[in-house]
Amino acid sequence: MSIQAIDLSYTYGQGTAFEQHALRHVNFEIKDGEFVGLIGHTGSGKSTLIQHLNGLIRPTGGDILYQGKSIYSDGYSLRELRGKVGLVFQYPEHQLFEVDVFSDVCFGPRNLGCSKEETEKRARHALKLVGLDESFYSQSPFELSGGQKRRVAIAGVLAMRPEMMILDEPTAGLDPRGRDEILDQIERLNRQHGLTILLVSHSMEDVARYVDRLMVMNRGEKVFDGTPREVFRHYRELEAIGLAAPQITYVVNELRDQGIPLDETITTVEEARDAILGLLEKRGKLK
Amino acid sequence: MKIIKAANLVFDYIRRNEEGEVEDVNRALDHLNVEIEKGSFVAVLGHNGSGKSTLAKLINGILLPAEGTVWVSEMDTADEERIWDVRKTAGMVFQNPDNQIIGNIVEEDVGFGPENIGVPTEEIWKRVDESLRAVGMTMYRKRSPNRLSGGQKQRVAIAGVMAMKPQCIVLDEPTAMLDPNGRRDVIRTIHELNRSEGITILLITHYMEEVIDADRVIVMDDGKIVMDGTPREIFSRVEELKNYRMDVPQVTELSWELRQRGVPLPECILRKEELLEALLPLLKEE
Repeated sequence: MSIQAIDLSYTYGQGTAFEQHALRHVNFEIKDGEFVGLIGHTGSGKSTLIQHLNGLIRPTGGDILYQGKSIYSDGYSLRELRGKVGLVFQYPEHQLFEVDVFSDVCFGPRNLGCSKEETEKRARHALKLVGLDESFYSQSPFELSGGQKRRVAIAGVLAMRPEMMILDEPTAGLDPRGRDEILDQIERLNRQHGLTILLVSHSMEDVARYVDRLMVMNRGEKVFDGTPREVFRHYRELEAIGLAAPQITYVVNELRDQGIPLDETITTVEEARDAILGLLEKRGKLK
Repeated sequence: MKIIKAANLVFDYIRRNEEGEVEDVNRALDHLNVEIEKGSFVAVLGHNGSGKSTLAKLINGILLPAEGTVWVSEMDTADEERIWDVRKTAGMVFQNPDNQIIGNIVEEDVGFGPENIGVPTEEIWKRVDESLRAVGMTMYRKRSPNRLSGGQKQRVAIAGVMAMKPQCIVLDEPTAMLDPNGRRDVIRTIHELNRSEGITILLITHYMEEVIDADRVIVMDDGKIVMDGTPREIFSRVEELKNYRMDVPQVTELSWELRQRGVPLPECILRKEELLEALLPLLKEE
């Protein structure tokens, strides 16, 4: 079971002088339960791509299959799909509008046609998943901190009981602790609850730490697809397309250039620390 | 010389019910004192809700203090007759470039500010030329801002502020919405303005790597300044920073972790080059 993009293409302003190819023949399959990162500079086609995945845009070429069925086939319920593939936009807290946190989270399931009882059950569960207890229920969403607001917005999508969640830069504008809290939360949803995650991010450090697999977009094409370690090994090519590797990767590679035998696929502080300590120990330089 | 002085600043966000009675008071700034040296590059860190943005808005006179005073170049921001001079002196750049751009083409947008305050046409064009050059956007002057990348838009917004001939620019998370390239361009641009034009910079950010080249770092918590020093002084206090929900750059973190485990490295490493220099002799085989 999976979501698949098959030869997906999208052209803005097709047939006009302003024709712009936002996606060119993109192919991939994301299996149930995967935690995938998506990176690419502004204008690389990331946003266009994720809007296809829950049917907000119709491709000008190719297809999207969800659990084996084309989402653009006749009679396919896009409404149902959007309940299954939840999309959390950038700055999702701008879409909060209810008078209190609980009502805001109830909005989604109620709209899907759930009973009052089911709606409230889902809302309570979703809020628990993002770590907001009952003391938040009656608070106005507008008086919460940036990180809390964002968690309410994510709960709003979770309450629809999606099988997959796509998050477009969920940590933009959050302080470092708030960023870690949100990403830890997302990781738990994936590891403990089996939710498939597609995480769009501008932070190479974050994707290196969290995702199992990384897709890289450039000029509407998918240019890399692999584990973060495999992808960041190509840091020079990533730089050429306006991206970079985590700072740690550069440190490790420059040490390697000086003849220090370190694993070239190290991408996180913890990995670098352990590798360097191991080496020092072997050389008897650590007391 | 001090370009900004704030004494005993208090600011409350007050929530009222429908009858206008006070329901809740949230103290955003709590008797804060700060002085900013003219021509310096100061970075402000602090978690969401620590009072950074409120401070920025008080410096620009968008908000007025409940208690205490802010002086910008000796002008009291609460003095209604001087408010336009205050805003001309201390320009402001916000997080979202799309909310700050109004012109149909880049050069019009940059000229909007000076035109609004009645600068003669010839002088406006001169300022537009200079400002676009200062942020490296001259070649885009006839373009539509809509077609620019986030980093380019943000540089146009900075040019718009530059055209007002400010002595100081306050930037409130100008890179939060940008990709790594855009981020680097914006940070390079403001350092350049600081160095070559002597503009005082107050940069509010959550990205620790953007802070290491500042002259001074201020950390805010609960409406107060809790840490104040050079980047090296601040980032040597890793645990304290983490308590304030902050972080350190990756190389600083790695060096700190290695030091904790007995590796003899200098106390606070901020740059990759420093770390390599200290690590190499240790890792090389005899």
